[in-house]
This record gives sequence, structure tokens and C-alpha cells, in this order.
Amino acid sequence: MKRIGWQTILIIALLLFPVMIGSDYYRHIFIISLMWVIIGSSWNLLAGYTGQVSFGHAIFFGTGAYTAGLCVTKLGISAWWGMLLGGPVALLVGLVIGWICFRLRGPYFALATIAIGEIFRLVAIDWRSLTEGMEGILLIQSFRSKLPYYYLALVLAAACMFAVYLVLNSKWGYYFVAIREDQDVAETIGISSFRYKSLSLMISSYFTGMAGAFYMNYMAFIDPHVVFSLHDISIMAILVAIIGGVGTLWGPAVGAFIMVWLQEIFRSAFFGLLPQWVSEAHVLVFGLLVIFVIRYLANGIVGDWSKIVGPWFGKKQLSYSSSGNGQ
Amino acid sequence: MDVFIQTFVAGILIGGIYALIGIGMTLIMGVMKIINLAHGQLMMVAMYITYVLFEHLHLDPYFALLVAMPSLFVLGALLQKYLLNPLLKVDSILPENQVLMTVGIAMVLTEIIRFIFHSDYKSVRTGYSTANFYVGAISFNIALIIAFGIAVLLTIGLFFFLLKTDIGKSVRATAQNKEAALLMGINAEWITILTYGLGSALAAAAGTLLLPIYYLFPDIGGPFTLKAFVITMLGGMGSTVGAILGGIVLGVAESLGATYISMILKDAVAMVIFLLVLIFLPGGLKTLTKI
Repeated sequence: MKRIGWQTILIIALLLFPVMIGSDYYRHIFIISLMWVIIGSSWNLLAGYTGQVSFGHAIFFGTGAYTAGLCVTKLGISAWWGMLLGGPVALLVGLVIGWICFRLRGPYFALATIAIGEIFRLVAIDWRSLTEGMEGILLIQSFRSKLPYYYLALVLAAACMFAVYLVLNSKWGYYFVAIREDQDVAETIGISSFRYKSLSLMISSYFTGMAGAFYMNYMAFIDPHVVFSLHDISIMAILVAIIGGVGTLWGPAVGAFIMVWLQEIFRSAFFGLLPQWVSEAHVLVFGLLVIFVIRYLANGIVGDWSKIVGPWFGKKQLSYSSSGNGQ
Repeated sequence: MDVFIQTFVAGILIGGIYALIGIGMTLIMGVMKIINLAHGQLMMVAMYITYVLFEHLHLDPYFALLVAMPSLFVLGALLQKYLLNPLLKVDSILPENQVLMTVGIAMVLTEIIRFIFHSDYKSVRTGYSTANFYVGAISFNIALIIAFGIAVLLTIGLFFFLLKTDIGKSVRATAQNKEAALLMGINAEWITILTYGLGSALAAAAGTLLLPIYYLFPDIGGPFTLKAFVITMLGGMGSTVGAILGGIVLGVAESLGATYISMILKDAVAMVIFLLVLIFLPGGLKTLTKI
């Protein structure tokens, strides 16, 4: 009962937030945070629950973004069609990539996704007749106000998390976790690991593609280095999930807000309070944070919450939340 | 035809240096079963050490090897001891924790270097950087030839170490079967530290050798990490002979790609080869040679 309580409060707070706070700056940070909630949650479904660590989520993000962009430059229709098409196109790309990569396991799978991500980025740079290359695609934003974007991002993030929640509480979720824990045993009891890994990747790539299409509509400018970036998208997605907590439903959401805020706080040198050189340190802080979290909080902030608050509130550690369902 | 031979020669020479990077990575992968995604960044740190020695002490890059390799050995050993080994005891959901840790290490190394040296391009220009000699119509870059020679010597030295010395044999034993090695009285934890140090030192050597013909900026590590794992996969995980072959194949493929396809897609060529190998020849080139 308590859990439903804080969720309701959270949703009301998020719904009211842009009305209460007029500043476009804070609205912007919240929109970006919500976008990362989508990407982090999708990554988490594939990696945290199904055990397939992907270093290539920029593929789906970039595909979604370029689908939306190409709707305007090639098809001459509104970029909002990209919101409908971006997901399915990314899903198709995901299917093909899964078909290639799911015969590989563990670290091999991770390496293959890095390689494919790099191929996508380089091809997007080189294929000028389709993607405009490094010039990128520039659109005109549909709305001047941030409000429509904010609520759209909120709806998408909520839909994504709700979908992940539904999947995890269905048979599929248990199959996913079984594959993560031991693929061979899962095969032995009759779970087709290829089919369920593909399903997991399909859901994951669909939402990441949606996030990409949203990014195109919101930022109104993309180029291959931004949307197919290994560091800024693929690795950021991993960091978001790891900091928050891999294999927990709320982990990526918490991680997304922490990461985006940290980035912004350091980028603006603590909102101008500290000398300018601090702004160069934001990636360094990310790196140190990752090392710290992996070393001391292996299951992230949400996963190891009891470990963090335990010493202060003296509660007994009731359950060790490494079991994969719900949380 | 001359263009083709020229391209081929350039590819083989650069491939010798790539092989050094690949051997370091493959050693680490063989012993610890992890991908070291900080490999290129370690190399980048070594390049900056060489650069500083050259700028401030006017030390020739090839003598800087004597400083860069030991320092990177120590750095690698410390990273392994204090950051990577403790993770073996941590209970976590993803088995790839150590790999993700190397991503964190890579970020920190890059950013510290960026903090100190800023993002601008640096280069070390020696008298022989651009000197060439000709055999027929084919030109050979002298710096590249020296680098290739040193790379070959280091590789031979490494092979001697792995095949003939006790410690080298312990490294190979740990790579083959960690539990069995432990039973034979090998201190496996110490071996992992040694191996990571050794791998970093080899990456340092490659970086230092590349410096006279290359340029330097903090983000140079990333592309070389990618190259390193392409080589490792191409050669077969944990196979040193395979890494040499892989390095040379990659060097040749890249330079052919740059000449005949496009400069930008040069890197994509490597990735495509990598995917094809992963799919059709998952054991790498070592399965073909049966060594």
C-alpha cells in the first residue's frame, strides 16, 4: 500500500511540475531526463533482465531520430510521423541485429553491438545523399513552448516503464530472467533463448527508437555524431542504468535524473557558483561515479538502497533485491 | 599495381604495431576472460608520457619506451589490484561488471589527461618522422620501419617470456584453466596483476612507437580500443600468434579500405571484418592454424 502512495505522489508532482515552475531551463532538463528514463529503461529490459549487455543502443536511438528526420527531408511529411514510424523502424533494425548477434554470448555480444554501432555511425556520415552526412538535419520546432514536449516525454516515459512493468510480470519476464541467470538451463526447460532474447530486444529497440524520434522533434537538429555516438548515447544508457540499478524497475528512472542533473550541474559549473574549469570535469565525475558505484554498490542506488540507508535507520536488511521481478 | 603494393606494404608495417596492441589485449583477455575497454586509453596515457619527455627533456621517443613501458606497467598493475580484482568478490546481477569498470577507468583516464593537456592536437616531430627511402617505386617510411622492427623484437621477447620462463608458463597456465593453476600452487591473483601490467606495458610500447608518425589528443584512446578488440577477436581470444596475424590483417584491410573505398569508411571496414569473423569464424584465425 505504501508503494502505491509514493508513486501517486510522484506522478502528481511530475504532472504539476511545469505548471509550478515557469523556467524553460528547468523544463528542458526535465524533458531530457524523461527521455533518458525511456532509453535507460529499455536498455535495462535487455541487459538487466535478459542479461544481454548492449553497447549499441545508439543504433536504435539514431535510427528513430533519422526516421523522423527523413520523414521531413525525403517524404515531405511532418516529423511527428516519425513518432509513429521511428519505433517500428528501430524494431526492424533490432530484429536484424538480433538475428546476427544473438548467436553470440556475453562479452562477444557486447563487442558485436559496439561494432554495429560504429558501422551505423560511419555509414550515416558517409551516405550523404540520404542523411546529409555531417551537415545533419535541421527542422523547425512545431511548438515554441516547452509544455507540449514535456507532457509528451512524460507520457512516453510512463508508457515505457508501464510496458516494462507489464512484461516483467508476465510469463515473458520470467523467461527473460531465466535466460539471464543461465541460458543453458533455460534452454533445457524449453525456453527458446533466441525467441525471447529477440522479443526483449524488440521491446527495447522500439522504445529507444521512439525516444530518438522524440529527440528529433524536440531538439530539431541531429547529426551522426550526436545520435549515433558511442559515448553520449550507448555508454550513457549503460551508465544511467548502472548508477540507478541494473535489474530494477525504478533504477534507470532514478539513474536518468541523477545523470542528467549531474551533467547539467557540472556543465554550468554549479550554476556559475564555481570557477569555469569545473565545467570541464563533468565526464570525469561520471567516470569516478561509475567506478565508485560498481565497486561499492554493485546493484546501483535502487538495487542497494537498503545497503545505503541501512546504517542510518538501522532496519534489518529484509530482502536482497537481486531477484529480478518487479522491485 | 604500384599503388596496390604500396598500400599493402603500409598496411603490413602499421599492422606490426597493431599486433603489439592486440597482444596486450589478448593476454588480458586470456587470463581474466574480460574485454579491457580501457586498452586504447592506457596507450593514450603512454603517448602523453612520451610527449612530455620529448617536449621537456628532448628525449627521443624510442628511448622514452624505457620510461613509458614501466610506468604503464605499474599503472596497469595498480588498476588491476585495486579496482578490477576486488570485483570478483562482489555479488552483482551482471557478470560484465569488470568490463563496465574498464569503461569507467577509460573515461577517467581520458578526462584526467584532457584536464592536464586540454583537447588540442599534439605531435612529436623528429628528424625521421617524414623521412623515406625507396625500393623501386615503393616508399618506406623510416619511422614506421623502426617501429615495426622494435615491435617485432618486443614480440619475440614476449614469446620467450611466455614459453621459456616459469612466470610466463604460470601466465599461460592461468589462462588455460584458473582452478587447475591454483591447484598447482600458482598465485592466480598475482598473475592477473602481472598480466594486466604487461598488457598495459605492451599498449604503451605501441603508443610510443606510433607517436612519431601520428598525432595525439585525449580522445585517441577510443578508436584504438576498438581496433584492439577487433584484432583480438580476429586472432582468436587469448591467442598471441592469432593476435599478430589479426594485427597484420587489420592493418592491411584498413589501408586497402582507405585507398579503394573511402577514408571515412576505413574504420567501418575493420568493423565489418570483425562482424564477419564473429559470425562465421567465432574462434578467430587461430582455429585455422591449429596451433
